[in-house]
Amino acid sequence: MSPRLLSYILRHRRSYLIGFLLGVLSSVLLMLDPVVLRLAVDSIGGRIGPRVLLGYAGLLVAIHLAVWGLRYYWRLIILGASRRIEYEIRNDYFAHLQRMHLAYFQHTRTGDLMTRAVSDLNTVQRSAGPGIMHFFGTIVSSIIAIGFMLSIDARLTLFMLITLPLVSVTFIVLGPMIHRRYESVQDQFSTISAKAQENFSGIRVVKAFAQEPYEIDEFARLNTEYIRRNLSVIKVDGALWPLMMFFIGLSSMVLLWQGGQAVITGRITLGQFVQFNGYLALLAWPMIALGWVVNLMQRGLASMKRLDEVFAQKPKIVDAPDARPLAMATGEIEFRGVSVAYNGARVLQDIHLRIPAGATVAIVGPTGAGKSTLVGLIPRLFDVTQGEVRIDGVDVRRWRLADLRRHIGFVPQDTFLFSDTLRENIAYGMETTDGHRVEEAAEISRLAADVADFPHRYDTVLGERGVTLSGGQRQRAAIARAVARDPRILILDDALSSVDTSTEEQILTRLRTVLATRTAIVISHRISTVRYADQIVVLDDGRIVERGTHDELLARRGLYADLYDKQLLEEELEEADVDS
Amino acid sequence: MSTHFQEDEILGKAYDARLMRRLLRYVRPYRAVVLVSVLLLLLAAAADLVGPYFVKVAIDRYIRTGDLGGVARISVFYLLTLLAGVTVRYGQNYITQSVGQRVMYDLRMELFTHLQRLAVAFYTRNPVGRLMTRITNDIDALYEMVTSGVVTVFGDFFMLAGIIVAMLLLNWRLALVAFVVVPALVGMTVWFSVRSRESYRAIRIRIARINTYLNENIMGMPIAQLFNRERRNFARFDELNRDHLGSHLQAIRSFALFFPSVGFISAVATALLIWYGGGQVVQNAVTLGVLVAFIQYTERFFRPVQDLAEKYNILQSAMASSERIFRILDEPLSVADSVDPVPLARVRGEVEFSDVWFAYPAAEHAGGDGATPRPRTGEPPLPDGTDEWVLKGVSFHIRAGESVAFVGHTGAGKTSIINLITRFYDPQRGQVQVDGVDVRRYPQRDLRRHVGLVLQDVFLFSGTIASNIRLGNTEISDEEVARAAEFVNAHRFIERLPNGYATEVTERGSTLSAGQRQLIAFARAISHNPEILLVLDEATSSVDTETEILIQDALTKVLRGRTSSIIAHRLSTIQNVDRIIVIHKGRIVEAGTHRELLARGGIYTKLYQLQYRDQELRIPKPVAGAE
Ligand SMILES: Nc1ncnc2c1ncn2[C@@H]1O[C@H](COP(=O)(O)OP(=O)(O)OP(=O)(O)O)[C@@H](O)[C@H]1O
Ligand SMILES: Nc1ncnc2c1ncn2[C@@H]1O[C@H](COP(=O)(O)OP(=O)(O)OP(=O)(O)O)[C@@H](O)[C@H]1O
Ligand SMILES: [Mg+2]
Repeated sequence: MSPRLLSYILRHRRSYLIGFLLGVLSSVLLMLDPVVLRLAVDSIGGRIGPRVLLGYAGLLVAIHLAVWGLRYYWRLIILGASRRIEYEIRNDYFAHLQRMHLAYFQHTRTGDLMTRAVSDLNTVQRSAGPGIMHFFGTIVSSIIAIGFMLSIDARLTLFMLITLPLVSVTFIVLGPMIHRRYESVQDQFSTISAKAQENFSGIRVVKAFAQEPYEIDEFARLNTEYIRRNLSVIKVDGALWPLMMFFIGLSSMVLLWQGGQAVITGRITLGQFVQFNGYLALLAWPMIALGWVVNLMQRGLASMKRLDEVFAQKPKIVDAPDARPLAMATGEIEFRGVSVAYNGARVLQDIHLRIPAGATVAIVGPTGAGKSTLVGLIPRLFDVTQGEVRIDGVDVRRWRLADLRRHIGFVPQDTFLFSDTLRENIAYGMETTDGHRVEEAAEISRLAADVADFPHRYDTVLGERGVTLSGGQRQRAAIARAVARDPRILILDDALSSVDTSTEEQILTRLRTVLATRTAIVISHRISTVRYADQIVVLDDGRIVERGTHDELLARRGLYADLYDKQLLEEELEEADVDS
Repeated sequence: MSTHFQEDEILGKAYDARLMRRLLRYVRPYRAVVLVSVLLLLLAAAADLVGPYFVKVAIDRYIRTGDLGGVARISVFYLLTLLAGVTVRYGQNYITQSVGQRVMYDLRMELFTHLQRLAVAFYTRNPVGRLMTRITNDIDALYEMVTSGVVTVFGDFFMLAGIIVAMLLLNWRLALVAFVVVPALVGMTVWFSVRSRESYRAIRIRIARINTYLNENIMGMPIAQLFNRERRNFARFDELNRDHLGSHLQAIRSFALFFPSVGFISAVATALLIWYGGGQVVQNAVTLGVLVAFIQYTERFFRPVQDLAEKYNILQSAMASSERIFRILDEPLSVADSVDPVPLARVRGEVEFSDVWFAYPAAEHAGGDGATPRPRTGEPPLPDGTDEWVLKGVSFHIRAGESVAFVGHTGAGKTSIINLITRFYDPQRGQVQVDGVDVRRYPQRDLRRHVGLVLQDVFLFSGTIASNIRLGNTEISDEEVARAAEFVNAHRFIERLPNGYATEVTERGSTLSAGQRQLIAFARAISHNPEILLVLDEATSSVDTETEILIQDALTKVLRGRTSSIIAHRLSTIQNVDRIIVIHKGRIVEAGTHRELLARGGIYTKLYQLQYRDQELRIPKPVAGAE
């Protein structure tokens, strides 16, 4: 059993213990039932009066009344505990994901994480609830029943127990097979979910390239494989239940044969024979259930293993043990000999860059040069491979993550908005929903004019990822979200790429007043976005190749000047010649 | 944060003849197999039923008479029926499950196929988490119904009927005594069904909420972390999770009460038998064997009843699931192929919009804040379910072979125009024509196959770089893939990746830089080689200028003779087009060549000046100073 699952169960040991006691008690009581039957049958054979019979009948009802009460609480307590465990695991799972670093999500498929949180967890709950409940229930009932039977007639009992080894062998052989095969079923299920998830998310591309038939074929292929794996589990676990019924039947047969002889030879009474039959009947259901339970437990353990795989992933970006709570004083940023590599491939190389508090630095450079990687180091989306990034003179890894990020307004290159109202989205990083600040932020990012045209204004509900907005509106909403938290450091990663130049101009003008006292890093491919920066850094292939102001860089006639020239319209150059 | 998408509160009746008929349609192809399965089941149940009868015969005929051989003989018979029982049961189980698997497969494929045909608008309205619930959990509920529902219900009923008949035949008086408790049993079962139905309803709604929330928040986790939302989002998740726990605890209560109650009622029946039946035995009206068999039958009687109650639940949740699945299957195709489509084999590339009015379907609003769309003067009334016109009487004509650029402020409606050309949406008024025929008359796939589209939102699938460029079209060779990549200047960076074109791409291409992703999406459009129409929606917005120029040079070569429409904010991107159309708030306000537009001094001039005017002023100085 997974130690993690065990620890959850131990956390509820009181419930399980009480449940267990109730279960034992009710089982013991139930086992009295055949005794009463025996007494009744024997006394019927002995021609006893109706009063005694009524007494027995009453006794039977009384026993079951008690059993009824005990079993009610037994189920309530154990099943309740298993649901609480499910709740705790799901919460812990979410909390665990919340601590995981960006790279983990980049390498894990959402559909897979979903399957584990929903389908696998469900299976685990079933093994921790009905599974454990019936497992122990069966074992206790069997022991008590065997005890009773032994006390009547040891020989007959031993005869009947010949089926026990068969039962054990069945479980030992089939159990692990179910476990393995079920695991592969769940893996395939994850694949199917992830496939569906991606297809639905990328439906526009699917349609634009008329990919529907291929997608359907692929989905069919995955599903065929899923059926195949499912049937391979069914082949095994389908045998459990009939086998258990067979074993019970076998015991009844032995009883009929050996017991019948025993009655004839007078070793036991007919009543005792009936009593034996009663025990078998009582055991029949639990034994059949045992087949089901073993199946359940094996599946549960397989699923728990899959959950454990997620839990076993350690968050790579965490507070250092000596992390200090810090209030950001100035917002000065310094890169000291920073290098970053992804799986050995160098993306940034020995970057030295000091951004004084309050300054605006622009980063330009070719696609894939490492710009996003560079700024991602500041809020610790990644950590450096070498060197250090300092804020206010303190290595970012020594900051408390929450403190660090609280002071940063980040506009990522890929806009992600939530399917909520526009207001909630802009206020996403604010401690309180202050309507005034939301509108101010929307004003700065020039979203306010668009919002005025929306029939529901700030209460407009966005589609998932914000699909019901235009590309530029989404980007501006993301800018508003970053600005609204009033950060000391503002990072715009190509955040104006889908915005037209006149809106961009307005945003930059407004931002400049906001940025006067803040540190800002702006990444862009457009000269118009970066030219007013205090310092422009040109990044190429992971290295800083130029730095300086717009004019200085133009004068150097390097990469930046080249970029500048290229952005001029060709004819414009001609025109400029003509004009001057 | 709350979940704003409307919940699926449909839970359906436990049994709905219409739905059931429709569901059974899926079983019909396998009806022969199902029939075999039912027969096997009846056999297995019969094998079960004879057990107590053997005991009765053994007691009355052999044990009481002391016939040792008889006991042995009947034991052998018993063993044989047991062996038959186990084989039959295994076979029956396997057959049923495999039918269930097939039915589930058929249904899941039908659902997926239909989803592929549904319009983009449907996906805007439905969160992915919800669609995932349909294609996984809901289908599973139906699977359970087919395997442990439909078939075994027959078995249970047969078992019940068999037991009742056997008891009546053995001794009808005794049987009636045992049946005294049946009303209590029925009452209990009905109570349980009603209660559990409500619980199921509550649980389903809550699990769907958890799914949707989880899906969105896993995708947006980096944002949540950057914005310090962990604690608040956790509180929200905990709330949803706790709610889910609460409805389960509620459900457990009725379950915990039901099963022991059935046991108790069964004991009452046994007690009655002992009291009354015992008396009868004493009076020699009934043999002891009959009484014992009766007691065993009574015990067996209650098991199928318990089973049936559980089946009822399965049925109930399957009904709810099927209703939700059927609702998607019945979802009309808002963008459907015409009944007599015009095949589109070759395209010349002429595009014409005539007085096109277009509005997006309004989002579902949770609260309904009362704001009603205000039709403005001079505009046609808004169609139902829309909020505002996005395109207002747009008319233009792109000649075959012409290249046209759309510019305008963000949110002006440029992407919407493209959505109409490719028929992601249909306009409410007016007409969009390609080659002189309304696009609604072409089969959608034909139309799109001829359009090379680079969407504003890049989407990469998990797979490899090559598989993202060629998608499902295996006809596209490796060379063609590489050529397309070279074309957009992506070849260089792809070559440098550890496995080149076979490098693994993670979900949404998250380990590539944004520009690299865009280049791959561009290469994808190029490799699918649409003969004529190229539609680029900010296809190079995240790409550096140098690469962009290289792409442009390459494009001008291909673009010769091809129609293209390009959206871009960087004006340098569109410097080579034949005509520029300026969109403002859903209307065309200017159109013409770069020079013509500059001469007009309108919106375009302003956009242009902002990008270049003060640069121009600066050019001479530093350049002159440097040289
Ligand atoms: N799926 C949708 N549902 C509802 N409204 C939408 C949807 N998509 C876009 N809109 C709205 O339609 C208007 C025009 O959007 P469109 O995407 O056509 O703009 P655009 O000109 O392409 O802007 P951008 O330059 O920012 O990409 C916007 O106000 C936007 O909010
Ligand atoms: N998580 C990752 N794992 C592996 N490689 C990565 C990862 N993220 C980025 N890279 C690689 O690192 C390089 C730099 O990526 P980065 O996103 O920093 O570029 P960029 O300068 O922002 O480019 P763009 O202008 O296209 O946004 C690219 O070659 C990219 O493929
Ligand atoms: Mg980047």
